[in-house]
Amino acid sequence: MRINNKLSKHEYQKLIDEKAPGSHILKNIFAAFITGGAICSVGQIVMLIFEQFGADKETIASSTSIIMIFLGAFLTGINIYDNIAKFGGAGASVPITGFSNSIVSPAMEFKKEGYVMGVGAKMFLIAGPVLVYGIFASVVAGFAYFIWKQVM
Amino acid sequence: MVDILKAFLLGGCICVIGQLLVDLTKLTPARIMVIFVVAGVVLGLFGLYQPLVEWGGAGASVPLTGFGNVLAKGVIKEIEESGLLGVFTGGIKAAAAGITAAVTFGYIIAIASKPKIKS
Amino acid sequence: MAKKIGQQTIVLDKQPIILSGAGIVGKKEGDGPLARFFDNIIDDEYAGEKTFEAAESRILRDAYIKALEKSGKSASDISIILSGDLLNQCTAASYAFRDVDTPYLGLFGACSTMSESLAIASMLIDGGSVEYAVCAASSHFCSAERQFRFPLEYGTQRTPTSQWTVTGAGAIILGKDGQGPKITCVTPGKIMDEGIMDSNNMGAAMAPAACDTIMNHLQDTGRTIDDIDMILTGDLGKFGSEMLKDLMLRNNIDLKNKHKDCGTMIYDLETQDVDCGGSGCGCSAVVFSTYILDMFMQGTIKRLLFIATGALLSPTRIQQGETIPGIAHAVLIEA
Repeated sequence: MRINNKLSKHEYQKLIDEKAPGSHILKNIFAAFITGGAICSVGQIVMLIFEQFGADKETIASSTSIIMIFLGAFLTGINIYDNIAKFGGAGASVPITGFSNSIVSPAMEFKKEGYVMGVGAKMFLIAGPVLVYGIFASVVAGFAYFIWKQVM
Repeated sequence: MVDILKAFLLGGCICVIGQLLVDLTKLTPARIMVIFVVAGVVLGLFGLYQPLVEWGGAGASVPLTGFGNVLAKGVIKEIEESGLLGVFTGGIKAAAAGITAAVTFGYIIAIASKPKIKS
Repeated sequence: MAKKIGQQTIVLDKQPIILSGAGIVGKKEGDGPLARFFDNIIDDEYAGEKTFEAAESRILRDAYIKALEKSGKSASDISIILSGDLLNQCTAASYAFRDVDTPYLGLFGACSTMSESLAIASMLIDGGSVEYAVCAASSHFCSAERQFRFPLEYGTQRTPTSQWTVTGAGAIILGKDGQGPKITCVTPGKIMDEGIMDSNNMGAAMAPAACDTIMNHLQDTGRTIDDIDMILTGDLGKFGSEMLKDLMLRNNIDLKNKHKDCGTMIYDLETQDVDCGGSGCGCSAVVFSTYILDMFMQGTIKRLLFIATGALLSPTRIQQGETIPGIAHAVLIEA
């Protein structure tokens, strides 16, 4: 006998959605803005420094990416980036430093399972989809552009 | 200074969009990252993202949408230079620095460090 | 011989006795309000081992040794060990007891493992085939995170309904004779799935199972809430507890202030940043094996319904779009 039949599954889920405590959206948005803004400002400072050396635009862009990725990886390695993300949420995960965090953290975590099947295989556990969809989207975009060029 | 302030504002705003997706939808972080990169590619294809980069500098290029924009720009450039082959080579070529840096630093730092319990 | 009453309750004839209990926890739990009841608090999340899985096995084994020591029994007196944990293939338990020369039954009941092991051991003792048994369960924040969620250093925000996996292991020595509180009744639970899909809201997924088991237990035994001093759930957490209260009220039963939840007791919810509270097999295992047994010793409670709750969550099935089944097993313990 099923005693607990006062609510249907659907009603129960509605009740949960109603009663579940929500996120502090305003606080989260503020934290994301500050954190994301700060990380991008660091990126801008790095760009300005490269500009001082008179590097060309493409060199500046690539070098800045490398430095930002290093910073994200380094802060992950010294067990700090997860705390930044706990405060900043998307402010820490959307910048490229967050992409770097998503690569370093599984690599660190799965080191115990070996350097090949652990570090090597698990490195793109979280970031893999970003590359898969990013690259695939660029191919689709490129193909569309190529066709459009032929037609026009 | 103005450049830094602009980067702060634009970068902050792009991250707020991400935060809204986190808090208001049930999307997982991995899905949100995918959405940002693909959005960057699409905006880049139509040349809509470049004005943001011109205005906000790192505020537009550091977020993942910037990575998508780099992929799209790279593909277009390669197609102009080498035709259909560019569809396959352009994206990764332009993003090579970022991807290689991520793998290299990821590997070195993973070897040198150890995960700790969250506080 | 035991006899079945009502739909799913078994009344034990030779009521098994809880001879002793021990609980070992991690640092965060050691900073919580129940700190003084724990037998040992391990500051290092690796517990001196190389991996989190090994650390979990280590604390589980240490809890078993400690409980044995307290009971005055030796390892050779034990007929069987019933234990389990959250990890795939019950990794923590099987490695904890691989060097122990005692028959072992591995259990998976997710976070309901502690009351599941007590229920089975009581019936074995009641049946006369076992004299002394060990019931134990463990969980570890770090080993659970990497299996069920994300790498530790990956930056994410926890949602407000999420719960914190307890790093801890609890062990109980149960025997046919001796001094201590007795297990008098067992109500194994049914799997209840009310369609919750959010793995960050396991309290809500388990509350219907807890409600169902409590309702059946009361109906089968003909008792009311007033006959019981405390109804102790495993790890419903703050939100799951609210839902349980709500569901019980819909069945015309007011839990009043009788309901307590190990998940909300083990941490200070205001200051320890654990959102809805603790979870994991270790949560109810350590709270029951230490704090609750102490309450029996002090005589502050005489009759307790212990219902560890489990979310039978499979990350694979969740990714395939499935919902989270819940379960709850009850054992009635009397002084």
